[in-house]
Amino acid sequence: MAEKKMQLDPRDNDSMTDIRRRILESEEANLTLDTHTPSVWERVKLARHKDRPYTLDYVESLFTEFVEIHGDRRFGDDHAMIAGFAKFHDQPCVIIGHQKGRTTKQRQFRNFGQAKPEGYRKALRLMKFAEKFNRPIFTFIDTQGAYPGIDAEERGQAEAIAYNLREMARLRVPVIVTVIGEGGSGGALAIGVGDKILMLENSFYSVISPEGCASILWRDASFAEQAAQALKLTAQDLLAFGLIDKIVPEPKGGAHTDEGKMAEILDAALQEALQEISRLSDAERVERRYQKFRAMGEFEERHTQGVAGK
Amino acid sequence: MAWFRRKQNPQAPTPNEQRTVKTEGLFAKCDGCGQSLFIKELEDNLHVCPKCNHHNRISAVDRLHLIFDDEAWVEWDANLASNDPLNFFDKKSYAERLQAMQESTGLLDALITGEGQVGGYPTIICSIELAFVGGSIGSVVGEKISRAIERALDKRAALLIFSASGGMRMQEGVMSLMQMAKISAGLARLDEQGLPFISVLTDPTTGGVTASFAMLGDLNIAEPGAQIGFAGPRVIEQTIRQKLPEGFQRSEFLLEHGMLDAVVERKDLKKFIISALDFMLKKP
Repeated sequence: MAEKKMQLDPRDNDSMTDIRRRILESEEANLTLDTHTPSVWERVKLARHKDRPYTLDYVESLFTEFVEIHGDRRFGDDHAMIAGFAKFHDQPCVIIGHQKGRTTKQRQFRNFGQAKPEGYRKALRLMKFAEKFNRPIFTFIDTQGAYPGIDAEERGQAEAIAYNLREMARLRVPVIVTVIGEGGSGGALAIGVGDKILMLENSFYSVISPEGCASILWRDASFAEQAAQALKLTAQDLLAFGLIDKIVPEPKGGAHTDEGKMAEILDAALQEALQEISRLSDAERVERRYQKFRAMGEFEERHTQGVAGK
Repeated sequence: MAWFRRKQNPQAPTPNEQRTVKTEGLFAKCDGCGQSLFIKELEDNLHVCPKCNHHNRISAVDRLHLIFDDEAWVEWDANLASNDPLNFFDKKSYAERLQAMQESTGLLDALITGEGQVGGYPTIICSIELAFVGGSIGSVVGEKISRAIERALDKRAALLIFSASGGMRMQEGVMSLMQMAKISAGLARLDEQGLPFISVLTDPTTGGVTASFAMLGDLNIAEPGAQIGFAGPRVIEQTIRQKLPEGFQRSEFLLEHGMLDAVVERKDLKKFIISALDFMLKKP
């Protein structure tokens, strides 16, 4: 009977729906990790865990006097992206971050943490605001990816992300990026160009979701675990590749098992990062940020001729 | 009736077999309307179908021939190749895929950089080869575009990028994602130095390419009918669970939504670029 139903609505049976279902399932997964170092796949599940602290949880535990600022002054206010100003140990700063929801209702309100162009434009607007008043910026990454929808495409999802990448590269104020959960591709990077890039121990950062990768390369999303292995997406991998600056340790069993402790550890890491980059002049900081990204990538130089012009 | 009779009494002096051999390589099918066309006719028309105006895909190197003055240029960084940093393996190893692609395209990776003149202006052109792992961007392409930007800065030359790509290269993981930031940071410098960057989007330009350099031109222009977008149509359809509107993510759709500066036919492209450079730069 169930099989028949699936055949009647082929969309229920296709790979993309399968991907969304799988990602949701992994958010609900039960994990007991007190006794061992998590595997890559367990880390993916931890990063997506529905009890894991989200951006607003850290806003509450690490900052004071938070004032949320809404809208991109172009189209609307995106609830999947939080922006505002606050104080970090008495210092005024701007906070930007993806926001997920926990209940079904919240998840819908936050659009599953998947921002649209207006979200990325709001984020950049607040970053320019920080720059004008010479305040540091903290960004928190936690998204499956930028929202794939007709409206998002019509309003220039690609352009919004691209523009953020270019403008963040030359912001004159300190930018500290922390991946707190899922670092989902371009939608993550769009608030991820900074002077210091930190990752929580059980977060991940990837060019594509393991499920998406598996459905393309293995032609079957159920190979997500293998894809996660192959993509080398853990904080430990990224540190080894020199793509991030620091891993922020989590309490045993993951960030959600002891939120107070997690906040304490992250607070110290953010303070240290801010102190370090605040010592530099604006020009030095921008130059170092450029060089940091310029150096990313690995290749080899061979001895061959190219395709020459006539 | 006459036609019917002729078929019964074939007039052709040669048997069917021989005729097939003779026509082989003379005809090609238009990807747009499916019409059979003389290859020669298609080539003379820059691979644009004379019947339906469909802009058939052309190779990265053909783009350079199309734009550079006297079809002459110096190629740069042709010796950069991926070293497979992730040691990536799905059903097949990435190393094997790379080797097969290198053999079939004669390129080491998915981009050609050429330096020459366009309308007399010193210009650097980067052109993505779609046939190489779907024109995807990994460390090599990221490095080559970064070097092209630095060369443009150094020589105060204009930069042109022809995009044709499925996005970032999964097999190089997050390292490929970071190429988006690396290239965009370079483009910020070009922008600050007042140097021109013209982005030409061709069929197809999607994913991280659109979401980085392809949308960061002083001018972003596209060929007619090109598929351009961030997310793939299938992904969108299955996220929102509706059919996509006709012509969604085509050049004309983006133009209508204010996301492109102009849609330019292939035959007019060089003229368009030169008039833009006339505006942007001092006469050489």
